[in-house]
Amino acid sequence: MENMLPLFVVIPLGAAFVIPVLGLFRLEKAWDVVAVVATLALLAMSVIMLAGESVVVTWIGGYDPQTTGLTGIPLVSDGLSRLILLVVNGIAAAATIYSMSYIKQYTKTHLYYVLLLLMVAGMNGIVLSGDLFNIYVFVEITAIASFALVGYTLRKDALEATFKYLVLSGVATSFVLLGIALVYKETGTLNLAQIAGAVEGAEMGKTLWLAFGLILGGFSLKAAMVPFHAWLPDAHPSAPAPISAMLSGVMIKASGVYVLARIAFNVLGASYATGVLLMALGSISMLVGVLLAVGQWDFKRLLAYHSISQMGYVVLALGVGLEMMARGSTTIAYVAVFAGLFHLMNHALFKSLLFLCSGSAVYRTGSRFLKKIQGIAGPMPVTGFCTRIASLSISGVPPFNGFFSKLLITIVVVWAGHWALGLVTIAASFLTLVSFTKVQRYLVEGELAEEYATIKESPYPMIVPMVVLALLCATVGVLVPVYKDVLLGPASEVLVGGFDYTSAIFGG
Amino acid sequence: MQGYLPYILCVGLFSIGLYAIAVKKNLIKIIIGTVLMHHSTNLFLVLVGFRNPESGSPLAPVKPAPHEQISQAEFLARSVDPVPQALMLTSIVIGLSITALIVVIAIRLHEKYGTYDLTKIRKLRG
Repeated sequence: MENMLPLFVVIPLGAAFVIPVLGLFRLEKAWDVVAVVATLALLAMSVIMLAGESVVVTWIGGYDPQTTGLTGIPLVSDGLSRLILLVVNGIAAAATIYSMSYIKQYTKTHLYYVLLLLMVAGMNGIVLSGDLFNIYVFVEITAIASFALVGYTLRKDALEATFKYLVLSGVATSFVLLGIALVYKETGTLNLAQIAGAVEGAEMGKTLWLAFGLILGGFSLKAAMVPFHAWLPDAHPSAPAPISAMLSGVMIKASGVYVLARIAFNVLGASYATGVLLMALGSISMLVGVLLAVGQWDFKRLLAYHSISQMGYVVLALGVGLEMMARGSTTIAYVAVFAGLFHLMNHALFKSLLFLCSGSAVYRTGSRFLKKIQGIAGPMPVTGFCTRIASLSISGVPPFNGFFSKLLITIVVVWAGHWALGLVTIAASFLTLVSFTKVQRYLVEGELAEEYATIKESPYPMIVPMVVLALLCATVGVLVPVYKDVLLGPASEVLVGGFDYTSAIFGG
Repeated sequence: MQGYLPYILCVGLFSIGLYAIAVKKNLIKIIIGTVLMHHSTNLFLVLVGFRNPESGSPLAPVKPAPHEQISQAEFLARSVDPVPQALMLTSIVIGLSITALIVVIAIRLHEKYGTYDLTKIRKLRG
């Protein structure tokens, strides 16, 4: 069990090195199979992890402080890591199966799989790492793979989006690295648990606040919080559809929101200031994202703006949780964090599904503009059906999953005493509904253009992951009581536990 | 005050890079800005690890050769912190790969548009 943790990084990295070798011999079927088997194995492993002990720590190179007296780099799997791992690897498996057909329209597909698997390796590394600099390195691995994937089509707009994404992401990671250097200078360690110990023991100095400000700012850009969102609506739609699903569905969570949450809760502890900061970022993103989305006619761009808005919900809920922890109301804090993580999981499901549906529409029609591709639900019934389920989920219509998490977030925000923010969540939810009514009105109900009269439904490797995700969207909301003790409960406890993270790692 | 001077220079270099990215409209100048930012951060990492020992000159954090006749206690007192240097090496490699990628994208953009001027490349809006 303990030795399984490095495999989450080793398997995708290994597969990423095997695939170019197969590419040399032009074994086209073989590299499809390797990629799919690798991601399915990761998914199976993350399900197996759920049954294991609550906290598993692996010290890389055997530098266990209890036996050797030296502190190495730990890989940590606790409730939160397990939740994000399951989400990441689940969506990665769906995207890889989908790619088997979708990516055939491009050349040199083995290189595409290499980048996809590198991205998965990077995200698994971020989620498992218990060391600040290690997180930075994995964030960069994920980012470099995603840069190349965004520009994969080499179209004019894709190249431009890649350039913008590269520069802004480079700025963000420079800030993060500067912050990490300052943290090391102040605390003399890079281990998250030890930094938390240093923060807990003494009053935080100005330098340390500056350092964490830089780090949180950098990761807010990675999570595409307004006002750091400018790169996302360009970068996410420019990538091939399965990659858009990965970027919007899991990457902004694993390399953005997850790290924000981990540092804000487990390293800085219950702090009123960070709680208010996250609440402000979250509520602004929620509103601005959805307002920008309403006027969009490009399907994928519309979805990208909604990602900003939906991540706003998650960050708002986490901020409320942090604020309530600082005030001592642990119950409200627990519910807030639970709601945030629930929405994070739901967003991964329905946003990936929407991007896969948009990819299916693009695959047959070659266009992303809603007015042009209207009515394709006629010849493509499965795509139309999945788009409808995902649209209902994201706009919060019962009994789909989005309804439950949004309701929970609204309730907990009001419960915490923030009436105005409660109104903002309801307004954003209403605008989301408006925007997706438009999507359904055109994509599902509209009149089919003559040139598309002969199109067929997409091939099975694309349909199967879409149907599976649609089924999950329809059921995970209703089934929360069944799995909450395995998945969401432990994850929320890790965050609400705050500084308990330190003792969980060092066993003290 | 003099002890802070390297840090101030470092942050100054970082700000110049940030300024270039925010203001300049030429792709190459923006790339130079990102490189400046990255290298000022690397410089900062080295500075963080630097220690001025009470006696003697600072030592590199490598095991001294036997003929140098330095006791372990003296070595520990005089050597600089090795961790930031290891971090900096990693960060240089990452910076190199990002710079390579960004230059390739700039070349591809030049192939498509025939210019490095960002105001003429704008196809995407807000």
